[in-house]
Amino acid sequence: MSVEQQRKERIGEVILKADKISLGFGGVKALNDISFDIRKGEIRAIIGPNGAGKSSMLNVINGFYQPQEGNIEYKGKVYNPMRPYLAASNGIARTFQNIALFKGMSTLDNMMTGRVLKMHASILEQALYFGRGKKEELEHRAYVEEIIDFLEIQAIRKTPVGRLPYGLQKRVELGRALAAQPDLLLLDEPMAGMNIEEKEDMSRFIIDVNEHFGTTIALIEHDMSVVMDLSDRVVVLDYGKKLADGTPDEVRANQAVIDAYLGVSHE
Amino acid sequence: MELLQSVLVTPFAEMIGEPFFFIEVLIGGLMAGVMYSLVALGFVLIFKASGVFNFSQGIMVLFAALNFVGLMELGLPIWAAFIATCVIMVVLAFAVERMVLRHLVNQEPIILFMATIGLTFFLEGLGETFWGSEVRPLDIGIPDGVFEIGPVWIQQSELVAAVVASLLVTTLALFFHYTRVGRALRAVADDHQAALSIGIPLNHIWIIVWAVAGFVALIAGIMWGAKLGVQFSLSVIALKALPVLILGGFTSIPGAIIGGLMIGAGEKIAEIYWGPVFGGAIEEWFAYILALCFLFFRPQGLFGDKIIERV
Amino acid sequence: MFYREAGVFKTSYEADMALLPIPLDKYFVIAVVAIAVLIVPFTASNYWLGSILVPVLILSIAAIGLNILTGYAGQLSLGTGAFMAAGAYMSYKFVTAFPEINIVVGVLAGGISSALIGMAFGAPSLRIKGFYLAVTTLAAQFFLIWLFQKVPWFVNYSISGVPTAPPREMFGFLVTGAEASATARYLFVLGFCVVLALIARNLVRGRIGRTWMAIRDMDIAAELIGIKPLHTKLSAFAISSFYCGVAGALWAFCYINTVEPTAFDINRSFQILFMIIIGGLGSILGCFLGAAFIFTLPIFLNNTATALGLDISTAMIRHIEFMVFGGLIIFFLIVEPHGLARLWGIAKEKLRMWPFPY
Repeated sequence: MSVEQQRKERIGEVILKADKISLGFGGVKALNDISFDIRKGEIRAIIGPNGAGKSSMLNVINGFYQPQEGNIEYKGKVYNPMRPYLAASNGIARTFQNIALFKGMSTLDNMMTGRVLKMHASILEQALYFGRGKKEELEHRAYVEEIIDFLEIQAIRKTPVGRLPYGLQKRVELGRALAAQPDLLLLDEPMAGMNIEEKEDMSRFIIDVNEHFGTTIALIEHDMSVVMDLSDRVVVLDYGKKLADGTPDEVRANQAVIDAYLGVSHE
Repeated sequence: MELLQSVLVTPFAEMIGEPFFFIEVLIGGLMAGVMYSLVALGFVLIFKASGVFNFSQGIMVLFAALNFVGLMELGLPIWAAFIATCVIMVVLAFAVERMVLRHLVNQEPIILFMATIGLTFFLEGLGETFWGSEVRPLDIGIPDGVFEIGPVWIQQSELVAAVVASLLVTTLALFFHYTRVGRALRAVADDHQAALSIGIPLNHIWIIVWAVAGFVALIAGIMWGAKLGVQFSLSVIALKALPVLILGGFTSIPGAIIGGLMIGAGEKIAEIYWGPVFGGAIEEWFAYILALCFLFFRPQGLFGDKIIERV
Repeated sequence: MFYREAGVFKTSYEADMALLPIPLDKYFVIAVVAIAVLIVPFTASNYWLGSILVPVLILSIAAIGLNILTGYAGQLSLGTGAFMAAGAYMSYKFVTAFPEINIVVGVLAGGISSALIGMAFGAPSLRIKGFYLAVTTLAAQFFLIWLFQKVPWFVNYSISGVPTAPPREMFGFLVTGAEASATARYLFVLGFCVVLALIARNLVRGRIGRTWMAIRDMDIAAELIGIKPLHTKLSAFAISSFYCGVAGALWAFCYINTVEPTAFDINRSFQILFMIIIGGLGSILGCFLGAAFIFTLPIFLNNTATALGLDISTAMIRHIEFMVFGGLIIFFLIVEPHGLARLWGIAKEKLRMWPFPY
């Protein structure tokens, strides 16, 4: 079986459906009647010119913004609206456009924080470091170390993340998201500000995450070559509206998309 | 039952029963509120221009008043002491910028805030080392009498204070809107980086703003001091300016004024009419609890900028 | 090369995550605690035990409390004094109402009451952040002190309004009240200190500590990971106030021997804030260093002035104290925002290399 066929095999039914989402801030409409879906196991790219509303869309999926209209259907359940705690506890994790790491903590601590929803020790057990307090710390440390191995960041595990260079910070942020063992991973411009080698590394990680952990990935990205190579399907946004939705080849040939990127006056 | 009645019914009955007394209390409270507003004004100026929450504004009031009174006691006539103290406050502004602000430029606001707490203690120690800590009366010729408007009595000194405060606020408002420096200050308040990028010298702006705040502190110190004498409790009173800022918003000059008036009036009325129910001394905490309630419903104050969180 | 980290390899995560992974650190701390427990009580003078060590240890507990809230969880609080007062008064009520119950329980009861009050005043912290929250804690400070002064129930309707600390025994020795020996009070307070410091250390490096630091560093991202901001902030307020409450109770029972409000006024709140700033925000060791430093500085200044033969009035010494405090705060914030604890860490690093420069 070719690689493409293997990929198609892995893609399952719809895991997330955004249904007629409209989101506005005061007078500005960030999202206008957007509907699309994401299938389990696929890599879905969300692209569009700056200000198109891509990050807002992720924020809606996350539950950080509540849309005025529309809802999110995730794993068969309709959320109206979605809330951050619900999203996180149901397996949605994310990285951010401007790195949102906990600057005062080390790499290890940041990633252990990613596992916070899986830790249930009571305060007493934590205070005395016995029972579940100790057991959970060790268990989750072991899992986090696997992710550290996977991302090749062993050398910086105890470094406070504020001191790390930009590229490594992005990797740690990915690690923190992975530590939560998400079913759906939202990546907001994971390759922003990286050079070619760093982009290749990050692409490799993204593909590995998708193949080895089976994680569904929604990805905002500006670099077209990355989008075309990595993603199974693409949705294009512009000025808050959906322009196109399909495989990379279909989208590339779409006239409206070409107009949006090359700039044609809107009449 | 009795308690409920004394809280919900009696105070209002008293207010309606003796309306002129109520008006006197109200006016007295408003006058006190004017004083709070002056202190809050200093806060707002510095916060708008540098994003620094200057906890030491209260002690600056005391520091300015101490210097003023001290110089007068040394024999200087009022106008000389005034000018000399202004100079001292400008020097203070220079010193603060050079030795504190410049080194903490990129730190988080909470660090700057704590630095101003340190500044508070330092200034208190400095002022009292030079001038001692006894209470001193401050006499600059403000008339001591009382105006009678019908059945209502108003203190002349309080009226003078209100007039002075209004003049000060009007001058500042004009200054901000119509002069070049004023415009620059507003630009800096909006966005430090942008202001820098068009060539506004941040350091100079900060010195100017702290000097102006120092001047405002001096006026407030003179007004308060004439009323109560110059003493340490002046700075504790100034701590009350914090609830004023919460009511009015940290970034709004009209907010500081209105907030001050509301707190001043509210405090006085609460103390006179509800104080006896609770054993008195409500003034110690009323302003803060009022601010707390406000925070629940309008975290940014009446006129402050709405806080929008971005990811 | 006294202080070695090289050659210390861990073969399990368990060993790596131990409280004191470096053997030299471990032995040092054990030695310090051993000296504190076994040697100091018998060799130090009553003055040192009763007037220096006891208050410093109690203030360290309060400093740990404030550090948890402000240093780890990032919620600025100016109400530490009031939470200490809550612990003192509620402890007093409990101890006088149940005289047969062990004094330790009484002190802990004070702590728990304070924790509840702390949670009540911390509830607004979901909507209110930063400086606004500081003003909320100021409200707590002024209101609670007023309350304890005005409502006679808190002092069991005592006429003077300032009751003396009730004397209580443990293992046959008087540990609270004016009659208790300095040694007994010292050991009693030390016991609390060691246990509470250990618990604090475990909490801050565990799950709850990480949620505190996450909220402090980036509360939006924390929320999106699934951390519940209100729960986290409330837990910080609760545990922090517990520590402050215990410290307040100990302060009343074992140091000033009365239950009075002036010991817990706004100046106390500032004092403890200074301790954690100078000692180091986000460091348990820093709490001890800061407490020792701030508390002993006036004594040091006083002695220096006398030693230099300068005749300065007490009032003047206080003024100079203020200047020194204020100046030091600014100095530390500029030069070493992580306080004495970081300086200690740097000293250790230098020791690692000594006598080589790098």
